[in-house]
Amino acid sequence: MPGLGTSFGRGGATTFQQDLQNSDCILIMGSNMAEQHPVGFQWVIEAKERGAKVIHVDPRFTRTSAMADLHLPIRPGTDIAFIGGIVNYIFETDSWFREYVQHYTNGPVVLKPDFQDTEEGSGFFSGWNPEDSAYSIETWGYNRSSGEATAGKSEQQADVSGDQAHGAHGMKLKGGQPPDVDPTMENERCILQTVRRHYARYTPEMVAEVCGCSVEDFLKVARAMAENSGRERTSAVVYSVGWTQHTHGVQNIRGASIMQLLLGNIGRPGGGVLALRGHANIQGSTDIPTLFDILPGYIPMPHPQSHPTLDTFVELNGPDTGAWGNLRAYMVSLLKAWWGDAATEDNDFCFDYLPRINGDHSHYAMMLKMLDGGVKGMFAVGQNPVVGSANSKLMRLALAKLDWLVVRDFQQIETATWWKDSPEIESGEMRTEDIGTEIFFLPAAAHTEKDGSFTNTQRLLQWHHKACEPPEDCRSELHWIYHLGNAIREKLKSSDDPRDRPILDVTWDYPVQGPYDEPDAEAVLQEISGYSADGSFLDSYDGLEADGSTTSGSWIHCGIYKDGVNQPARKRPHTEQNWIAHEWGWAWPKDTRIIYNRASADPDGKPWSERKKYVWWDSEEEQWTSLGDSPDFPPTKAPGFDPPRNAKAMEAIAGDKPFILHPDGTGWLYAPTGLVDGPLPAHYEPHETPFVNPLYAQQQNPTRQVFPRPENVYNPSDGEPGAAVFPFVLSTYRLTEHHTAGGMSRSVPYLAELQPEFFCEVSPALASERGLEHGGWATIVTSRNAVEARVMVTERIRPLEIQGRQMHIVGTPYHWGREGIVKGDSANELLGIVLDNNVHISEYKVATCDIRPGRRPRGKERLALVEDYRRRAGSNA
Amino acid sequence: MARMLSARRLIPPVLRQLAGDPLALGRAAQSAVSEELVPRTRTADRVVQSICPYCAVGCGQKVYVKDERVTQIEGDPDSPISRGRLCPKGAASEKLVNSPTREMKVKYRPPHGRDWQELSLEQASDMIAERVINTRRETWEEETDDGKPLKRTLGMHWLGGATLDTEENYLIKKLFTALGAVSIENQARI
Repeated sequence: MPGLGTSFGRGGATTFQQDLQNSDCILIMGSNMAEQHPVGFQWVIEAKERGAKVIHVDPRFTRTSAMADLHLPIRPGTDIAFIGGIVNYIFETDSWFREYVQHYTNGPVVLKPDFQDTEEGSGFFSGWNPEDSAYSIETWGYNRSSGEATAGKSEQQADVSGDQAHGAHGMKLKGGQPPDVDPTMENERCILQTVRRHYARYTPEMVAEVCGCSVEDFLKVARAMAENSGRERTSAVVYSVGWTQHTHGVQNIRGASIMQLLLGNIGRPGGGVLALRGHANIQGSTDIPTLFDILPGYIPMPHPQSHPTLDTFVELNGPDTGAWGNLRAYMVSLLKAWWGDAATEDNDFCFDYLPRINGDHSHYAMMLKMLDGGVKGMFAVGQNPVVGSANSKLMRLALAKLDWLVVRDFQQIETATWWKDSPEIESGEMRTEDIGTEIFFLPAAAHTEKDGSFTNTQRLLQWHHKACEPPEDCRSELHWIYHLGNAIREKLKSSDDPRDRPILDVTWDYPVQGPYDEPDAEAVLQEISGYSADGSFLDSYDGLEADGSTTSGSWIHCGIYKDGVNQPARKRPHTEQNWIAHEWGWAWPKDTRIIYNRASADPDGKPWSERKKYVWWDSEEEQWTSLGDSPDFPPTKAPGFDPPRNAKAMEAIAGDKPFILHPDGTGWLYAPTGLVDGPLPAHYEPHETPFVNPLYAQQQNPTRQVFPRPENVYNPSDGEPGAAVFPFVLSTYRLTEHHTAGGMSRSVPYLAELQPEFFCEVSPALASERGLEHGGWATIVTSRNAVEARVMVTERIRPLEIQGRQMHIVGTPYHWGREGIVKGDSANELLGIVLDNNVHISEYKVATCDIRPGRRPRGKERLALVEDYRRRAGSNA
Repeated sequence: MARMLSARRLIPPVLRQLAGDPLALGRAAQSAVSEELVPRTRTADRVVQSICPYCAVGCGQKVYVKDERVTQIEGDPDSPISRGRLCPKGAASEKLVNSPTREMKVKYRPPHGRDWQELSLEQASDMIAERVINTRRETWEEETDDGKPLKRTLGMHWLGGATLDTEENYLIKKLFTALGAVSIENQARI
């Protein structure tokens, strides 16, 4: 999300799936859309049938590749170099969209003289502090500006949480104007020239060397993107977790965002960056987060040092200009929604009821803390970390240190049963009777058994209606959490301990219905949407006030119950609407389907072309109008509007600045703030790699989070002794017929039958090199563990020529475990925990491994095999 | 009509296929049993509009209910995103709801226990509430070493799936934030 957030302002897809039909070229990278989002892929096919070019760049040949005009395999983990090559091509061929870049991006802004790029710093930007393995970012800012270093910087340099991790909070620009701008973009220190120099070495030849593709094939892709962008044409980029699950995942997305901004493809029909999320409500789980570092609507969680009061919190997190300039109104409305009458002006609206964060308290950090005995209790709710998280064995060892564990699911998943059946029980490393963890298993209600909304991949909330009551003990999470809250509040009701005030004062009064006292999900949605001072439903976040007179549980969702209507439940058939289908569901913000859509018109407000018309200025009515979407811009702000010098908040956004979340209203080619690993993407090798970095002396992302310890041993990488023991690249992925850690698919008979066994895909060349037989067994080994898989010998995985050597990939889907109708080893046994420090996501897409024919040894002998590999490789803890 | 089909059934299937049913999906495949079959979609007591719970495409679903039980799930042709289609997972989701191995009872494993035990839902909820209160009390961090407020616990970790509803996530974040439990995480971090 920060990749999109820092580039454009919001951490969500910039467009919607149906809009792909308007694309002239679709580049799918880091995604196997045809297999992972099969029904959404119909919009790619619609585009193709209208003449669009479809390109798939991916290590594997999949059904997505089969439907593409061009499939180009590249080495896993080299996407930044590939996209960087396209950016270089755009400059070399002068294909960038000058007028778009000049008005809508920060290309003309001049940077500070002491900023140093990776190209001068051997792979480091200026500000690197080796002791902390972190950057201080003072030199990254706009020239003559200050405050780009965000709130609480001193306590966040090594720990990016909240403020920096989700976009562009905090940068102070007087009146929304960068102080030093060169509209000609010829100044050597302006962003456009800095970006041009940064990518100068990402030549087609360098791309070929890093990625393992041919120069000619690469140029076909670069040419297609450039030729299909401009006034008359637009290109889209589609990505999924193939881009996020790296130690430089956020920068993969930054790279694509830079390319799309240079080509003028954001905010326009057929353009955009479409992030394809993998779960029914994963976008929604970040928008209204169950994440440690943010509150609803991407408001950061407060820190102890820098946020003693609401005033300091707002001062340090909210820029003065742009939509975040009203942070105080969003925050106060949230605090009023949560603490109601208890929240008053006199007590800072209960701001000090919020707990503080001051480190990485994310999933993996907590599992490691748990392993050290520092965590007593855990809830796994619809989530199966024993199969789905990296380093499965470490997960189980950590769970065994808990006092108590609550698992809520449909099935007895591995996270519920590891204490009686696991590889460690089999090997004797753990004995059931020695495990002191108390475990509660609670059966869950299905989506058909409750009302509620999912936010799909395009920020669209859609309501699902309850069809019948859940059986026996099965209950919705809404039911469980509401009644758990009641039970806790009842037990604490006579407490006079000040720490119990927040839980006793919290607004927790929801109407219940039905035989089990199910809370009314619509009442919760109403609270999220929010109320004005007179008790009526608000239309949008523009109506939120900072004085405590309004409430809204999530400012970006404000208006989701406008006019007293459950907007996500609107289901007017698409056959009765135009292709935008604006009366189906509700998309944040303000029901906008293509965001930043002011950019679909030129600076004067006219469509760039008739063919790509979407939102434009109606000079007679003096307002923005559209084909049927909500204009993502103040409705009556004229294209020529020039803000007064000291303008604040939305007033400071000029009439030609579409990226209204950013303090300067521009799309960020260069991110002066918001990311820990640099304002621009640079190619780094994966943490485990069989190759040296041809671009920089710095081999890997220097800010990545590593956790070397006996339970999380890493394979040596190229250049280190022992690297040859793990000569192959391992990559994990999903199948159409299964869902993530298998809890919702291995127990479904049809799906289990369709994909019954854990398997690996290898090329005929690798099969012959290692004596692997199609349909037979193979054992895959890393420094973490060994698993066995059926062998699929297939041309779908091709060896690539890299640095004069042949590189082999071992591909594995990761869905299996020891429970379910079909069982098998879990691919996540093989992976270590190594994280992108922007988001604390692990590198599931690349590791190194060895593969050998035959089944894995059982019991203690499996341990001996792994130990033998570690010894030979000198694997380092 | 039924009589006509029955008469036709006397002709062997292969001949029926050759006589105008080349894919053998129509008359050629009919039997006495299939003749009596009625689609579950036709006998349903009601149909409810829903959304597929698997990936984030957000396909529309129509859920067919008979005798207060889900009997069939099909694609919703009204949806502008999916236009009636479902993938193998979405199309199989009736069996997600009616899985033969679905757990419908609370289970409890005491410390060092060798097997599951039974527990009522009410008792489990009460015990969990106690665990939360005690853990919070035992692991509470009031302030930093230099006296700045923390007012939190890191003694509990929450990992949620991304198939929970928006409204559920909202109440979860609200409750646990009010309790001072900060490590509330979900699949988005995976």
